[in-house]
Amino acid sequence: MSDQTLGAGPKRIDGRLKVTGQAPYAADHALDNTAYGYGVFSTISRGRIVSLELDAARAMPGVIEIFHHGNFPALHHTPSSMAKGNKVEETRLPFEDERIYYDGQFVALVVAERFDQARAAAQAVKVRYEEETPRANLEQGVKAHGTKKGKGNHSRGDADGAFERGTHQIDVTYTTPVETHNPMEMHSTLAHWPDGRLQVFESSQGVVQQKGAMAKIFNLAPHKVEVISTFIGSGFGSKLWMWPHAVAAAAASREIKRPVELVVPRQQMFTTTGHRPETEQTLKLATDDQGRLIALSHHSVSTTSYTDQYVETCGSVTKSLYSCDNVSITHRTTEVNRGTPTSMRAPGAAPGLFALESAIDEMALEAGIDPLTFRLNQFAERDESQDLPFSSNHIKEAAERAAEQFGWHQRNPKVGSMRDGREIVGYGMAACNWEAIKRPCDAHVALRADGTVYASCATQDIGTGTYTIVAQTLVELTGVPFERIEVELGDTSYPKGPISGGSWTTATTLPAIAEATRHAIDELKTRAVRSGGPFEGVDVEALTFDNGVLSFEGKRIPFAEALSTMKLANAEGEAHTEGADTSKYSYRSFGTHFVEVRWDPLLANLRVARVVSAIDVGRVMNEKTARNQVEGAVVMGIGMAMFERTEYDPRTARVVNNNYAEYLVPVHADQPEVDVILLDYPDTAFNEFGARGIGEIGITGLAAAVANAVYHATGVRVRELPITKEALMGAV
Amino acid sequence: MQSFELIRPESVKDAIGAQSERSAYIGGGTTLVDLMKLGVMQPDHVVDTNRLGLDEIEVLDDGRLKIGARVSNSRLATDARVERDYPVLSQALLSGASTGLRNMATTAGNVMQRTRCPYFRDPAKPCNKREPGTGCSAMDGINRNHAVLGTSEHCIATHPSDMCVAMAAIGATVVVEGRKGTREIPFEDFHLLPGDHPEREHDLRSDELITHVVLDAPLEGAVSTYLKLRDRASYEFALASCAAIVTLEGTKVTAARIALGGVATKPWRAVDAEAALVGEDATAKMFEQVALLAFQRAIPLEHNAFKVELGQQAIARALRDAVQQASQGEHQ
Ligand SMILES: Cc1cc2nc3c(=O)[nH]c(=O)nc-3n(C[C@H](O)[C@H](O)[C@H](O)COP(=O)(O)OP(=O)(O)OC[C@H]3O[C@@H](n4cnc5c(N)ncnc54)[C@H](O)[C@@H]3O)c2cc1C
Ligand code: SF4
Repeated sequence: MSDQTLGAGPKRIDGRLKVTGQAPYAADHALDNTAYGYGVFSTISRGRIVSLELDAARAMPGVIEIFHHGNFPALHHTPSSMAKGNKVEETRLPFEDERIYYDGQFVALVVAERFDQARAAAQAVKVRYEEETPRANLEQGVKAHGTKKGKGNHSRGDADGAFERGTHQIDVTYTTPVETHNPMEMHSTLAHWPDGRLQVFESSQGVVQQKGAMAKIFNLAPHKVEVISTFIGSGFGSKLWMWPHAVAAAAASREIKRPVELVVPRQQMFTTTGHRPETEQTLKLATDDQGRLIALSHHSVSTTSYTDQYVETCGSVTKSLYSCDNVSITHRTTEVNRGTPTSMRAPGAAPGLFALESAIDEMALEAGIDPLTFRLNQFAERDESQDLPFSSNHIKEAAERAAEQFGWHQRNPKVGSMRDGREIVGYGMAACNWEAIKRPCDAHVALRADGTVYASCATQDIGTGTYTIVAQTLVELTGVPFERIEVELGDTSYPKGPISGGSWTTATTLPAIAEATRHAIDELKTRAVRSGGPFEGVDVEALTFDNGVLSFEGKRIPFAEALSTMKLANAEGEAHTEGADTSKYSYRSFGTHFVEVRWDPLLANLRVARVVSAIDVGRVMNEKTARNQVEGAVVMGIGMAMFERTEYDPRTARVVNNNYAEYLVPVHADQPEVDVILLDYPDTAFNEFGARGIGEIGITGLAAAVANAVYHATGVRVRELPITKEALMGAV
Repeated sequence: MQSFELIRPESVKDAIGAQSERSAYIGGGTTLVDLMKLGVMQPDHVVDTNRLGLDEIEVLDDGRLKIGARVSNSRLATDARVERDYPVLSQALLSGASTGLRNMATTAGNVMQRTRCPYFRDPAKPCNKREPGTGCSAMDGINRNHAVLGTSEHCIATHPSDMCVAMAAIGATVVVEGRKGTREIPFEDFHLLPGDHPEREHDLRSDELITHVVLDAPLEGAVSTYLKLRDRASYEFALASCAAIVTLEGTKVTAARIALGGVATKPWRAVDAEAALVGEDATAKMFEQVALLAFQRAIPLEHNAFKVELGQQAIARALRDAVQQASQGEHQ
């Protein structure tokens, strides 16, 4: 079974279900008598609703009810605590009052017999607004009311003083635009109330949190809420926390006493389900005459909504990646008329490392040092922000191996000097970095009399391969092959599991699964040695369990047979594992990207031709799904570098490019050769498997590596994402 | 999307009979249904053209190519005669949209496709094309994708088609049929400049149906290319595109057709550039010079000024690429 154990690269156990269309996503679940909801969404970004004309819509075929602030049931706010398991990003409830805070906010919900009837009636609702001048972007927000203090600030030494003393200095500002997650599967909710209990099918990265929030909002005992999310067409962070549509659907269902299904239209995926906020980041770096970094400050402002403060912690990595005595990190926010932002793949670090790793490149060039050498000389040996050793850090090896594979040493440092026909070639590099987190987790495992092994946990597989690596863990511990393993995830009736986010699912879930498996095996052994058991009288310590077989002194009985003999259905184990002990080590993942771009100056055409990434994430649990995460993140990073930008009209704060044709993400033709080196050094200080998580790190630093390569090719230092043609045109 | 009645006539005559001010013909539906869902187009009746035949491609006696209105973009692009005689058209079609969309999209539907101006697609915003007299939101808004040629103070939206750019270069006739009979409209007259009436996009009366597009006979010995510039490598409308067709005698250009997409309010013939090129040596320098002429009257706006240079680059490179084929002995 070695090709199914941890570290091997078995195919996903749910792959067949997905490609044959049998995997049910939230909106695929069919309940009798379901009614369909469709939103009426605000067309202004700031102001209030004066009146709603509903008569025409009410009279349309199939319409059951139209909800709005005048008739929506009174509900409660959730305290929004992640620790307590009831977090949401936008605490305001839909239809709470007549205020409009952002474009595309729910102003009414039409519920009808059929989807098309609900949509037609929703479009027939006329809303009169009293419009106020919106704050459409960061600049307007800051101008109108300045900024507010955010979280995650840090300072050590005297960054300003040291900057002044520097031999070489740079003081530059970078900006990143709003990005929208745009998973393929739209947000959707199917809610109903069997026997006064609320059951919700949701496309969710965090069923436990949604359950807790629903219980608070509807004032229900927690056991009266169940949230189910068996398959998810990705989320990238937008589905970590519940959004207003889910509350709207659940409330509507309770009112009309029928199941209600609500799918958020693609346009509103740009408004009411989160986004990565706009940032402006000022970096001040200085070195001494030896090129040693003596000052590093990273001050950022990001946009948030008027309803909640979300902080994009751009400086989260800057604290600890480089060795430097004088560091100052601040995060501030400014309110704008947009929906509430949320985590998007590598929140903080993705925009933050664009700025930091661009600035490091600028600093190295200013000091006359090769950017790779500059970094190798200054990567921190320990986490200076917490004064703790890293649990495991191989960033130098990552940099050296990737550089070797990429051919960095063939780089001619002179700008624009490397040509290939009509194209100018540019080489750039950047470090990548992401925190490693392990949270508390519960799990349940059963060895069953039919010879199968079963595991369940209320975490989710968001397309990353969680089902598969849980199965691999069971293979490793029980010796039972995939064909006889059943894994159930994504349902709050299972033991509490983590959100699928922060790259912490693997490190959090697998130890709990393993612990529960060991408990199940212990239970099996304990039963087997009791009177009537197949090993009656044997010392339990002497009984072994290997490859699904109990044995003692030459007597070998498969566990299924043992259970059958005892007339038992199963032997079960429950486990609760704790989060990582953060007092002894700083846990982080590391890596580097090397990027080759090609610029055709007479065609204003830029492309990424080649990427080599070396990633140090502890032990690799599944070679295929791990590689796939990094490759996908690299492609998403190319999108961040060159294409992605949610555009808001500066006059109205209304989203302009709210569809897949105009909001650009890379297509196949944009994908370069991607070479991923997985270092695979187990981090056993972190957890028994030594795995840190790999979902996010790949996107960090990538945009900077592209921008650094673009500078090398064109001589244009682009400090504003995305890197557009117009930014480069006119370059020599 | 509002309810509508689907009418499925079996003959051109019945189709025309069923058509009115409040109805729309449907080909592949890739533009129409999209805009109906957004509430931008709201026909009471949709007249299906699927049962009308009109799906043949035939060579006429005078060497022209007659394309049925319902021939799909995929079929047209891969038709052997098109690939041989009009490679520029094949390339233009294949550079557009995606395989799935091209399989659905029809020739007439492509000619008639609406602009991608985001304000046109947002019924909550003023737009002279959607609601005459309400104003143009793009003029002082996000106008990176908008036109620099053929604009008016009332509308700056591009005609987004790639296919039409190649047809403009090749030369074509749009054949339409209405209650009053058949008309043949030269391709360059079919699409209208926005002027004071951006809501009028073409010279088609409300009852008229496009039955065919007839391409001019191919230019003897011509070389050609279609070049499309955009942000990502595929599946995106053009920021600037150029269809170039030239004939050469030795190093001298004897005929030139240059049409532009992505930069203009209709499929755009760069006639000044063409005229300047004929009789001149086919050199990179010359191409750059005539490319400048094509944008002499360009009116750039806040976000789309780069399109002037980008369009010039497209012309210069397309001409170079086309001529390079001639020197490699590859005709059309
Ligand atoms: C995501 C996306 C990306 C795209 N990218 C590109 C691109 O890169 N390049 C490009 O060129 N195009 C692109 N397109 C546009 C596409 O080419 C057009 O949507 C398509 O050609 C329209 O053809 P259709 O048959 O589907 O038209 P329909 O949607 O059926 O009709 C379009 C219009 O034509 C009218 N009509 C249809 N048939 C007739 C007829 N016989 N007589 C008179 N009027 C008629 C309809 O009433 C309607 O107004 C894209 C479209 C989408 C949705
Ligand atoms: S450019 Fe034309 S289509 Fe766009 S908003 Fe202005 S008038 Fe409407």
